[in-house]
Amino acid sequence: MSSDTLSAFVAGAEDHHASVHRSAPDAVAGTVADLIDPPAVGVRLPDELDLPEGVATDPTPAELDAANTGISAARLAIADYGTVVLESDAAGSEAVSLFPERHVAVVRAGDVVPGMREAMAALGDRLRDGASEVLATGPSATADMGDLVIGAHGPRDVEIVLVEDRDE
Amino acid sequence: MSKPDSRAETAARIRHLLETEGDAVAENTRGFNRGRHEAVRELEDYEALKSEARAIKEDAIERLPELIDDLREAVEANGGRVYVADDAADANAYVREVVDGGTVVKSKSMTTEELELNEALEADGAAVTETDLGEWVLQLADEAPSHIVGPAIHKSREGIADLFAETFDLAGEDRPETAEELTRFARERLLRDIREADVGVTGANFLAADSGTMALVTSEGNARKTAVVPDTHVAVAGVEKVIPTVEDLAPFVELIGRSGTGQDITSYVSLLTPPVASPPVDFSDLESPIAASGTAAGDGATEAHPDREFHLVLVDNGRLAMREDDDLRETLYCIRCGACSNSCGNFQSVGGHAFGGETYSGGIATGWEAGVEGLDTAAEFNDLCTGCSRCVPACPVKIDIPWINTVVRDRINRGGDPGRFDPLVEGLTPDDETGGLDPSKRLFGNFDALAKLGSATAPLSNWGASLGPVRAAMDRWLGIAPERDLPTFERETLVDWFESRGGPRVSEGMARREAVVYPDTYTNHVAVDRGKAAVRTLEALGVRVHVPASTAVASGRAPLSQGMVETARGKAERCRNALLAEIDAGRDVVVIEPSDLAAFEREYERLLPEADATALADGCYEVLEYVYGLLENGADPAGLTAAGDSNATGGDDDNGDCDDRDIDDDRDRDDGDGITVAYHAHCQQRTLDLEAHTVAVLERLGYDVTTSETECCGMAGSFGYKSAYYELSMDVGEPLAEQFCDADRVLASGTSCCEQLDALLGPSTEGSTEHPIEAISPPEG
Ligand code: SF4
Repeated sequence: MSSDTLSAFVAGAEDHHASVHRSAPDAVAGTVADLIDPPAVGVRLPDELDLPEGVATDPTPAELDAANTGISAARLAIADYGTVVLESDAAGSEAVSLFPERHVAVVRAGDVVPGMREAMAALGDRLRDGASEVLATGPSATADMGDLVIGAHGPRDVEIVLVEDRDE
Repeated sequence: MSKPDSRAETAARIRHLLETEGDAVAENTRGFNRGRHEAVRELEDYEALKSEARAIKEDAIERLPELIDDLREAVEANGGRVYVADDAADANAYVREVVDGGTVVKSKSMTTEELELNEALEADGAAVTETDLGEWVLQLADEAPSHIVGPAIHKSREGIADLFAETFDLAGEDRPETAEELTRFARERLLRDIREADVGVTGANFLAADSGTMALVTSEGNARKTAVVPDTHVAVAGVEKVIPTVEDLAPFVELIGRSGTGQDITSYVSLLTPPVASPPVDFSDLESPIAASGTAAGDGATEAHPDREFHLVLVDNGRLAMREDDDLRETLYCIRCGACSNSCGNFQSVGGHAFGGETYSGGIATGWEAGVEGLDTAAEFNDLCTGCSRCVPACPVKIDIPWINTVVRDRINRGGDPGRFDPLVEGLTPDDETGGLDPSKRLFGNFDALAKLGSATAPLSNWGASLGPVRAAMDRWLGIAPERDLPTFERETLVDWFESRGGPRVSEGMARREAVVYPDTYTNHVAVDRGKAAVRTLEALGVRVHVPASTAVASGRAPLSQGMVETARGKAERCRNALLAEIDAGRDVVVIEPSDLAAFEREYERLLPEADATALADGCYEVLEYVYGLLENGADPAGLTAAGDSNATGGDDDNGDCDDRDIDDDRDRDDGDGITVAYHAHCQQRTLDLEAHTVAVLERLGYDVTTSETECCGMAGSFGYKSAYYELSMDVGEPLAEQFCDADRVLASGTSCCEQLDALLGPSTEGSTEHPIEAISPPEG
């Protein structure tokens, strides 16, 4: 992925009240650990990326309720908007990314696409195969209570770990 | 609607809403609208994106039956069920069976409001909780939404705090006050309901026929919880939400938030292909993991979770009939973004409780309500559309919303029977409309006849109209606001003046171009000075100008705004005959009144054969656009009046009784000899993108120009003359008055804008509002 696209992604995320933390693959566990407000729940990451110690994978509803941080993988990211595309999968990524006040999303630099059109093109066949995705941009928000409030039903804090291979 | 009583009731209802909800609605809608302007500016190819979105919708509605079949196949292949419901009762019966008296959480859905689904479920003993914070507030308050995107924008934070305190008996420390506290309180309460719910009900913003994917556009995250926490999900959506493919979602995702609330994208766009793979979260069993042990991100993502149940209820409820209706069909392209509400001056002042029907509100509500509820419902608020057209460029699918309002108004005038035609008309003047037409509509629709009579009998006509008893009778019988100054008719019309001065003054040999100044009804009979100014200006720029009596034909714009489509068509045909003859003779048609220009450029295609409409649109120019073109092509502006010339000063006096609100007194004042002019382009002129030409010409002549930031002056044609709407019209104009209050000189392009600004800014000796052509024209003589 071009460095232009990646810097656009960082800027897009920041515009939407999210932060991006760049990390090498073998440093992901450490980077995520720094972003956790415990207790944390998470979904096992793909591609042999590690979660830090102390993150409850396979969470129960009780753990989900108690968690301050949820960690999940993003399948794709959209540079223009700083959006992460979260997958609704059998591992419970949807709940993990939605209930806790802080969401840490892990996305590979190679999965960052420039714009909405590229994202939809990349998702089309997967959706036709039956997958479900959430384009998540920044924290949840509402203006229904008389003023803009960050953090409504979903997280109020979004941290994105951008995983860059050395040759990327 | 025509009886004096009902007019008084309408006025009272509007006054009440202006007082109770107007401020909150104004603040929110104007904020959304400003946000839209900024957010679309960032888009590289906004117009192309809108065209693409429209093309997708056109195609989808055209192929709707086929797409519904495809969608059914896709959803069933995933393991869900699809039910196409004929009407509200049918849809509700289906959902009632699924819910079976259980507990329900819902995310915001206008379609379920249309069905009154909550009431239907509650009749079975089901507990239903709205999870969108705005909707929840309304559920607690037992109120209807006032806006299709921000349902509770009419409520203040204080009002919500009181509501929560009262409903949940909260006092002291426990009482949430700030927006933050109120949100937190609501989130916690609602989470309890979501955890216990048997069924989650959502709407759907779009449905892709190729995959069975539904898009849910939200910011709060409540729709995500509603759809995936309970094991049963029911999505309820109008049939018009179906689009062919998931790739087609791209332009809509980029447009919907920008158009509505001014966000470039909302926090969440869920693309659910239900039944989804995500495990339901069963809070009755707190200790069992929600997912099968050992699963990782992405596992099983394309398989439906075995415990999940999904029902898609597609609602017809009049939509398939709208699809067959050439005038209402476009309504089905609507993506419910709310931009038409936010960009509407009247809506900004009163909101959807006045400008709305059973379910839908804002400009497009007329189409929706006429289609799903019937003409009676649409009739209750349709008059609030003034046809100003500011919603047209705001609509991401380019719906001609004013035209839908005009057609529905016409059908209402005809008592709901589009075929009814009564040639034996009674009433003020003969026209092509039915006998039962509201007399005030008939009066405004035939303003040209009145103007002819007015000029012929001036000054007697003016004197008569200003008499107290005459005004009282006009109010009672015609609904004309007694507070509003009436137009003063000139005895010598523009056509007479032009003839008496001996026709064109620029010789054929010397002329750079030949043009006809179109003597619209207003310019010809009332605002004759601006017509003379136009003639002098064009002559100074070397144009051989004609104002032939044969072209003094009403455009049909006036009857159109009253919904008198047949009368308008007749006038349009006569006007076309007159003007095309001039164009065929090699003359340009120069138009002063923006609403007439809009009729030629936007509306004649609905009234005349396409070729005629195109020829006329191509041959006509807005007057300052024409001046701009002449100057660009080398005409010498030396003969025109520039800012520094003595007769250009409007004086430093404030305009009459304008109180010193928060205006920066020194703004733009001290740039050398530049005269500050405040310029308000007419709404239709802005829609046609013609404001810039006037500004460029004024600046070229040395004026410092401030343009208006509001969408509308509030008058829009005959609207402000009507007693039921007079106060609303003044309220809409207030922000413009605040902005222009301190200007040296105020210019406006439309007749109604000039009148409104005069009324808003108060009487003033020198400072009455003029057309820009009057500011730049060479002095008389
Ligand atoms: S008519 Fe257009 S502007 Fe109005 S809500 Fe529908 S899509 Fe939006």
